[in-house]
Amino acid sequence: MIKVENLTKRYAGQTAIRDLNFEVGQGEIMGFLGPNGAGKTTTMRILAGFMPATSGRASIAGFDVFEQSLQARSRLGYMPENVPLYNDMRVTEYLDYRAALKGVPHRRVAERVGDVKELCGLREVERKLIGTLSKGYRQRVGLADALVSEPDLLILDEPTIGLDPNQIRQVRELIKNLGKQHTILLSTHILPEVEMTCSRVIIIHKGRIEACDTPDNLLGQIRQAGGVVVEAKTGKDNGAEELKKISGVREVTTDQDEDWKIFSLRVESGLDVREEIFRLAAARKWTLRELSQRRATLEDVFVEITHSDQTETPI
Amino acid sequence: MRKFYTLLVREVRGYFHSPIAYIVLVFFLLVSGMAFYFQVSFMNQRPASYSVQEMFFNNVLFWFAFVLIFPLITMRLFAEEFKLGTIEPLMTAPVRDLQVVLAKFVGALVFYIVLWIPTLLYFAIFQKITHQPAANSAGAYWGSYLMLLLLGMFYLSVGCLASVLTKNQIIAAIISFSAITLLFFLGLIQIVMLDVSGGTRDWLGYVSAIEHMGTYSRGIIDTRPVVLYLSMTAFMLTLTYQAFQSRKWRL
Repeated sequence: MIKVENLTKRYAGQTAIRDLNFEVGQGEIMGFLGPNGAGKTTTMRILAGFMPATSGRASIAGFDVFEQSLQARSRLGYMPENVPLYNDMRVTEYLDYRAALKGVPHRRVAERVGDVKELCGLREVERKLIGTLSKGYRQRVGLADALVSEPDLLILDEPTIGLDPNQIRQVRELIKNLGKQHTILLSTHILPEVEMTCSRVIIIHKGRIEACDTPDNLLGQIRQAGGVVVEAKTGKDNGAEELKKISGVREVTTDQDEDWKIFSLRVESGLDVREEIFRLAAARKWTLRELSQRRATLEDVFVEITHSDQTETPI
Repeated sequence: MRKFYTLLVREVRGYFHSPIAYIVLVFFLLVSGMAFYFQVSFMNQRPASYSVQEMFFNNVLFWFAFVLIFPLITMRLFAEEFKLGTIEPLMTAPVRDLQVVLAKFVGALVFYIVLWIPTLLYFAIFQKITHQPAANSAGAYWGSYLMLLLLGMFYLSVGCLASVLTKNQIIAAIISFSAITLLFFLGLIQIVMLDVSGGTRDWLGYVSAIEHMGTYSRGIIDTRPVVLYLSMTAFMLTLTYQAFQSRKWRL
């Protein structure tokens, strides 16, 4: 659906993205991750036909986003970051306008606009001026706009930014459902979101793709896969000393909660040391309150990838 | 065509959704109404060789109001879209740059025409009360309103260009106000500077909006200004189109 080859964009004096290569297949939900300024918005704007790339090519459904911009744009629903909207229009009026602009046939406009208002929960504000809407509703208007022409591809730039937790959950559900019929490329900062919704993830950092895989594979790849948390009363024992001796444990940090000691262990990936810890505790007569393995999250992957090269000279 | 029409409707509605439309309408009717009243009272005091209609389109108050309305109408056209960021959803919809530029220009023109319609009432009321013709002939009305349309198209296209160059509406207004004022009063140079040569004097006469209005408001339809203003409008819109496209490379 999306094909990006050697895409590079240079602004005056700096390179926003360099040599991006990726593909998004039909029906995929692709998550686009990266720190602020990594080049996510730039990439999405190029794909949406808003600005041309310096070099390289990108195509949507086989249409080059620059050479055949109109055809590419008519197959796409784009929701820009911060959702700029005409504040002087009413919700229904705006969606009618956008539907007509995107070439929805005249007799289908009312039906389509009705559908997306229903889908995005805009019924109760349909007659309001967009300027008076809360952030959450503006976001939904932007989403409804992206959906109104039933595009094959949705490009959503930070669709959940500025929403409260309930709204985030609603939008996430909505995106998951949309993924059944549409191909979606979405960028976000909220990592659990990506784990829950996306079939594949691209991590972009300083304008380059650092990783592109399924969330599960990415979790498998990282070095510090797991961690174990132990809470115990160790009596006279130091605790940390003994725990460090277990093979596979790399690092132990200790916190104190009144009488209880809380040990956080970093363990080599693929190892489960909990059984050994239990045996150790039993042998040393420690009282155990918690013994749990923390699953590595996409956050760990993200932090590892985007912090590992901090010592490098910036681009 | 449907997309152009959709864009046009949104532009025209945009005017009437914002307070600017009503403020411009009120300001303009106030000033032009005052101009009309002054002219009539002035002509009441002594015999004049002009008709009321001719006087209305050829006096200082009219000129003052005239050059001021264009920046007010055009300053928001592109600058506001750039400022609010709404240019992004607009230009990622499948619309052509040219459609957007023309829709904005025609939208401004529609509002400009709406602005002038009430002034026809002045003449109707004058004739109703005084039982005298306000103009010497019907052609004089056609001429003056045709010249209003031609000048309007040219100056609105200048305003479009100013608005596409910046995201700040005030800057757009200042650029277009300066440009339009200079263009409009270009013909006055021959009066101010006495040592201009005959050739320059002729040339200034060809481009003088004030002289054109003088001719047309007597009902004389000269085709030279038609060609001048239509071609200048096309030229300004071409520049606007080019400047609008350049946003892609300046980003």
